[in-house]
Amino acid sequence: MTDEVILQVKDLKTYFTVDEGVVKAVDGVSFDLRKGETLGIVGESGSGKSVTNLSVINMIPSPPGRIAGGQVLFHDKDLLKIPLSEIHHIRGNKISMIFQDPMTSLNPFLRISTQMIETIVLHQGLDKKAAKEKAIEMLKLAGIPAPEKRIDQYPHQFSGGMRQRVMIAMSLSCNPEILIADEPTSALDVTIQAQILEIMKELTKRLGTAVILITHSLGVVAGTCDTLCVMYAGRIVERGPTDVIFSEPKHPYTIGLIRSVPRLDKENTERLYSIQGQPPNVIDLPDCCPFYPRCEKAMDICRKKYPAATKFKDGRSASCWLYSEEKK
Amino acid sequence: MSDHEVLLDVRGLKMHFATKSSLFSKNKGYIYAVDGVDFQIKKGETLGLVGESGCGKSTTVRAIAQLYKPTAGEVILNGKDLTKMPAQDLLAARKNMQMVFQDPYASLNPRMTAGEIIAEPMRIFQNRGLLSMSSAERDDKVEHLMERVGLSRFFKNRYPHEFSGGQRQRIGIARALALRPELMLCDEPVSALDVSIQSQILNLFKDLQQEFGLTYLFIAHDLAVIQYISDRVAVMYLGLIVEISGSKDLYKKPLHPYTQALLSAAPIPDPAVEAKRQRIILTGDVPSPDRQRPGCYFYDRCWKHMDVCKTHRPRLQETEAGHKVACFLYHKPD
Repeated sequence: MTDEVILQVKDLKTYFTVDEGVVKAVDGVSFDLRKGETLGIVGESGSGKSVTNLSVINMIPSPPGRIAGGQVLFHDKDLLKIPLSEIHHIRGNKISMIFQDPMTSLNPFLRISTQMIETIVLHQGLDKKAAKEKAIEMLKLAGIPAPEKRIDQYPHQFSGGMRQRVMIAMSLSCNPEILIADEPTSALDVTIQAQILEIMKELTKRLGTAVILITHSLGVVAGTCDTLCVMYAGRIVERGPTDVIFSEPKHPYTIGLIRSVPRLDKENTERLYSIQGQPPNVIDLPDCCPFYPRCEKAMDICRKKYPAATKFKDGRSASCWLYSEEKK
Repeated sequence: MSDHEVLLDVRGLKMHFATKSSLFSKNKGYIYAVDGVDFQIKKGETLGLVGESGCGKSTTVRAIAQLYKPTAGEVILNGKDLTKMPAQDLLAARKNMQMVFQDPYASLNPRMTAGEIIAEPMRIFQNRGLLSMSSAERDDKVEHLMERVGLSRFFKNRYPHEFSGGQRQRIGIARALALRPELMLCDEPVSALDVSIQSQILNLFKDLQQEFGLTYLFIAHDLAVIQYISDRVAVMYLGLIVEISGSKDLYKKPLHPYTQALLSAAPIPDPAVEAKRQRIILTGDVPSPDRQRPGCYFYDRCWKHMDVCKTHRPRLQETEAGHKVACFLYHKPD
């Protein structure tokens, strides 16, 4: 990991207009991604993790969605403003994605070779033969046995873990600078999950790729990410180095989240902590802290105004009135 | 818990599904989803069942509930074998055994209100003359159940789509509780839920167990969840139980190589611990259960395999009190 920032997301806002009102799926999200860094985004369903990343590569379906504000700077170019023809050269090439379900993200009618060669020919300007060699090499790196044979098979001939390896091979075949992995292991079993995470870690390290890993599993984040963003109701509530956040979480939501996961390495004799209540409905959310109805430390001000992020010395920031300077 | 009487006794349970024969061949193939499973659950105890997808956890539970007719074996609930029971008796026996399903979206009828869903088991047993209760009593009970699982009684007339995932799972639990069963079969009841909701539901399960003296057979693929909820744990692989033991014992001292790999693969939410951990990374995938093999089913992926493992299948043997494992590493000659 170096200090060179390759992606800057500034105050990103993505809204969806539905019959009931405006869904503020992402409401003012900012983070930086440095070269070779692995950034984790955790949060519960509906917290805006996936929408954040779809917005980054400008893939929000419009309508109903619309990017209401903010900037996504990739090498000082705003991806939200550049023309479509230019973004096609970035997607799948400089920034590529892996999705949760490898069955729906591979075309079932095409051989793996066809799908991989297409990407490589398009972005790297190789001829078909060289592209196929490159594809075989990538499959081999991703740990697929007998890649020369397997490359001519169809997606249904692969198991779930193998398909996810194909997706990793495919997404890394153009040496992207950023790999966005949206719940890459959520559909997989633990032993396969361990394999896939290991391969992702090893390959991205070797190729110097920065990774944005979206997941709901705190365990996965703890083992793979350098930095961490915790999202709640469309906002990042806490952000910082992973080890600092886990050892001393600041935001009440992060504290609750970490405490409510049962742990394998401890004897869970006492009662599990749980955050009361339900995640909020993000339709027409008022401008208050969305966590206050579930928060044990809620104060008056929490229901009036959303707190600005407070920066701490250890490189972390949290959006909570408990730490805010301007309070009261 | 050891001196309590046995509530459920599963003996040699097998569930084979016939696969479609091809156009030209007569011999049918089978999927050996569950291939000889034995275990007991004592009253008031929670047995956790873990394993990867396709290992036969759900099939085991469904075969116990008699939703599938088991190919072979006995399912003895309260001393009576369910597999040989006539349909009328089976219905009565089911009153003692209810299920909670994984998907809180698919397991609730979208056209029934929460109140109707929770009342349905009582209504069915009333119609068959197995339960006597007035409709006022039933309404009362529904409201009581709703409050008990943490839902406001004013939500009685709402439809499932108006609830969140966690609330729906509460409805599913209330429905399972309605007949006051002794045994609850929980098929991945928290897997579809978010972390903060998952802990609420796990605590609800624990509270209800204390209050009503329930016995659980609890499936999950998350090992930490199983550890939290279970007294004893059975680990399944390809339709067989490879290890069964007290929960503490299993997590401290896993014996079967598969259990060891499974435990080491599960991520722990603590970067300091994760940085120091040595992982056993298994190669390959779970093989297909479409044929019976002569040797140990874990042979291909096991890093400790021996010659004997290829040709003989290890039996489940007790190594210490209450700790059984099916592996030749610990095999004692009879």
